Amino acid sequence: MLLWTALTFPLPQASTMAPKTDLLYNFIYWFSVVSLALTTAAMLWFAWKYREGHNKNPIPVIEGHPAFEWTVSIILSFFFVAIFIWGLIGFNEIYDTPQGAYEINVIGQQWMWTFQYANGQTSTNTLYVPRGRPIKLIMTSKDVIHDLFVPNFRLKQDVVPGMYTTLWFEAPQTGENQIFCAQYCGTSHSNMIGKVVVMEPDDFNMWLNGIDPGKMKPIELGKHLFTQRNCIACHTTGTAVPRSGGVHASHSGPALNGVFGKSVKFTDGTSLTADENYIRESIVNPAGKIVEGFSPIMPTYKGLLSEEEINYLVAYIKSLKE
Amino acid sequence: MASDTHSASPPDYLHASKGIWSWLSTLDHKRIGIMYLFTTLGFFLIGGFFAILIRIEHLTPTKTIMEANMYNTVFTLHGAIMVFMFIIPNVPASFGNFLLPIMIGAKDVAFPRLNLISYYVLWAGAALAITSIVVGGVDTGWTFYTPYSIRTGTAVTLMALGVFVMGFSSIFTGLNFIATVHKMRAPGMTFHKMPLFVWSTYATAIIQVVATPVIGITVALLVMERVFHIGFFDPKLGGDPILFQHFFWFYSHPAVYIMIVPGMGIISELVTAFSKKTIFGYKPVAYSSLAIAFASFIVWGHHMFVSGQSYLASMLFSVATIIIGVPTAIKIINWTVTMYKGHVSWKTPMLYAMSFIFMFSIGGLTGLFLIALSVDVHLHDTYFVVAHFHYVMMGGTVMAMLGGLHYWWPKMFGRMYPEKLAQFAATLVFIGFNTTFLPQFVLGFLGMPRRYYNYEPRYQPLHILSTVGSWIIASGLLLTFGYLLVSIWRGKKAPANPWGARGLEWTIPSPPPVENFIHDPVIFDPYPYGAEYDHKYPNLFPEEGSNV
Repeated sequence: MLLWTALTFPLPQASTMAPKTDLLYNFIYWFSVVSLALTTAAMLWFAWKYREGHNKNPIPVIEGHPAFEWTVSIILSFFFVAIFIWGLIGFNEIYDTPQGAYEINVIGQQWMWTFQYANGQTSTNTLYVPRGRPIKLIMTSKDVIHDLFVPNFRLKQDVVPGMYTTLWFEAPQTGENQIFCAQYCGTSHSNMIGKVVVMEPDDFNMWLNGIDPGKMKPIELGKHLFTQRNCIACHTTGTAVPRSGGVHASHSGPALNGVFGKSVKFTDGTSLTADENYIRESIVNPAGKIVEGFSPIMPTYKGLLSEEEINYLVAYIKSLKE
Repeated sequence: MASDTHSASPPDYLHASKGIWSWLSTLDHKRIGIMYLFTTLGFFLIGGFFAILIRIEHLTPTKTIMEANMYNTVFTLHGAIMVFMFIIPNVPASFGNFLLPIMIGAKDVAFPRLNLISYYVLWAGAALAITSIVVGGVDTGWTFYTPYSIRTGTAVTLMALGVFVMGFSSIFTGLNFIATVHKMRAPGMTFHKMPLFVWSTYATAIIQVVATPVIGITVALLVMERVFHIGFFDPKLGGDPILFQHFFWFYSHPAVYIMIVPGMGIISELVTAFSKKTIFGYKPVAYSSLAIAFASFIVWGHHMFVSGQSYLASMLFSVATIIIGVPTAIKIINWTVTMYKGHVSWKTPMLYAMSFIFMFSIGGLTGLFLIALSVDVHLHDTYFVVAHFHYVMMGGTVMAMLGGLHYWWPKMFGRMYPEKLAQFAATLVFIGFNTTFLPQFVLGFLGMPRRYYNYEPRYQPLHILSTVGSWIIASGLLLTFGYLLVSIWRGKKAPANPWGARGLEWTIPSPPPVENFIHDPVIFDPYPYGAEYDHKYPNLFPEEGSNV
């Protein structure tokens, strides 16, 4: 039991809501521990003291004690109602978005998150936010139900196709916080992981206005996109690139190092030599040709990448040596 | 005693007729109950096999023994088999069938033919479900949430049809029990003289009849949407995915009480019999079963606090749920207080009853975290919910089922199980269960989402602990089923009343004769333990260990 409490503290409290939720959690926790201890102690004490063969007294007929039942019911009702009201107060706060919160659109799809900012900047799987400012997420899904869950914030909300759901939070400290998809969504549900990066407002503004493409080579830009768009989650490139989210996922897509110029075999028995057109098709229409030994699970990036960005990715993949 | 009385008595139900056909075509509620028992325990073993596979997969954060799609199929089958093919039919249909008529002094249920049909309907549904497994399985989770369940290429249609058909089995059994309780009670058996197991089975039957049609309609709509593309739930076809969740939980929350309320009835029987003391608070315990049954219909939305349902709805469902906490707590307290000043035996059934009180308390108390709206936002869809559910369903219902199985085993088969071995197995199951599921509460608080194939390496130590626990449970359960099966042939012959218990079923021979009672049953107050009752009902009950 104590082990349980000890273990429950290492979860960081990274939103303004987290300490409030934890306070109620701890209240219910101690109420439960005391109730369980009383019940179990009474049960074991009776079982031992009145054990068969030891208790020689005749058995009394005790058919009940309405006053006892009512007293217990009323005391319990008091605690239960208190827990309900306390939970409702917290829920109210989670539900009521402050005026002037900074709005970000979220799109869930199998199996990645896209975050869209008011100035057109987008980000895949990493949600960049400024510290100390209420953020409102306006969320929807392209396919099935997902759920944006940030344990460090103690917050989650289902992301439902065909409608918007919202979630607001304010992060008081800078740092990284994991995002899980908490609503089961199919094959790579457990790889639908991202992070919330909380930045100083100045840093956030710099990020929001984007990296300067003029100063980077296409291959570098492609490499940047490869990580940012989370291609790295499924495709190995032969070099150790840390993956956003931190899971060392089993690679569910083909390795890309040295693929360019090689012959590729497909599940339908055909094959071709990987050229620019093949790589492009694999990005915008991944279900078109499935490499032998793999499943058609990659989402399409059609409309998510500009022509320039596709060029950068092709340049990067061409540059990967075996 | 009695070779002459013995020769005069009618043959017992096990030996009255011979051959497999005599079982398959039987109308005897006891034989149908035994067939249900073996069938549902068989499904329990299959569901348990899938559970062990899930736990082995989680020994490492990534692939251990299977690929992601296989894992998704395995956890779906574990849930679907355990819920629809084991825990819903198990206690009501097997224990209910065997005991309910005897406990109210009847020869059989009201509609014996319907009873046999309901057994075969369960098989028809199970056959569809098994076919869906054979053709590749289902990967939606046992909750079939839309629109995923509409779009996935797996055998959802067959499984949904299986659930649809099995629902009729549940409805038939419920109807039969309601009619039996109202119409078949022996003269003098008033409602307030019925054993608490009968009360709880009756409450369960009401839920079965009222709630089950809703899941039938829901899965029928799901099948129509999959096959004919009629848009009920998928927004692409103009449907509403949250509507499905309302429909699904409108059945599946009451269904949770179909699973637990009969178990509560068993515990009332065990605690009184092994404390040799009358139940503390007969009426509160009896009526709390009904209160829970009725309240169970207005709480379904507590599964949907983060689904996007309205704020007002979440508030109302939270407050409605809290109401259920009170009758549940009252039951736990009354069972505990019943032991006070009794003669408490530590035999296997009582060990299971005490396990139940401890683990079901944890299951109930952790429910408080989940009805507190703000805390649920954090814990929803994490391992905390998985652990809570298993503490109620396995720590609750399965413990009650195992306790009841040992308690009534001598009555069912006329043989004793090996006591020492059984106490050892019960201890194994207790230790294994807590080792498996306590760590899952911690995992849930730390944010580990449910239905995750890969997980963060920091969760690994708790997952390993949980997996080791599952092996301890498995060894305890396999040992139990092993010695129980052996005891059918090798066990010591059981007397009519091996426990000195006071219920109608203990006034008749073990195993009972075909029509249960040789003479018209004498009806008495429920749980007549203690000196006053010894005086009131002299010579009514066979002495502990003696024969009728």
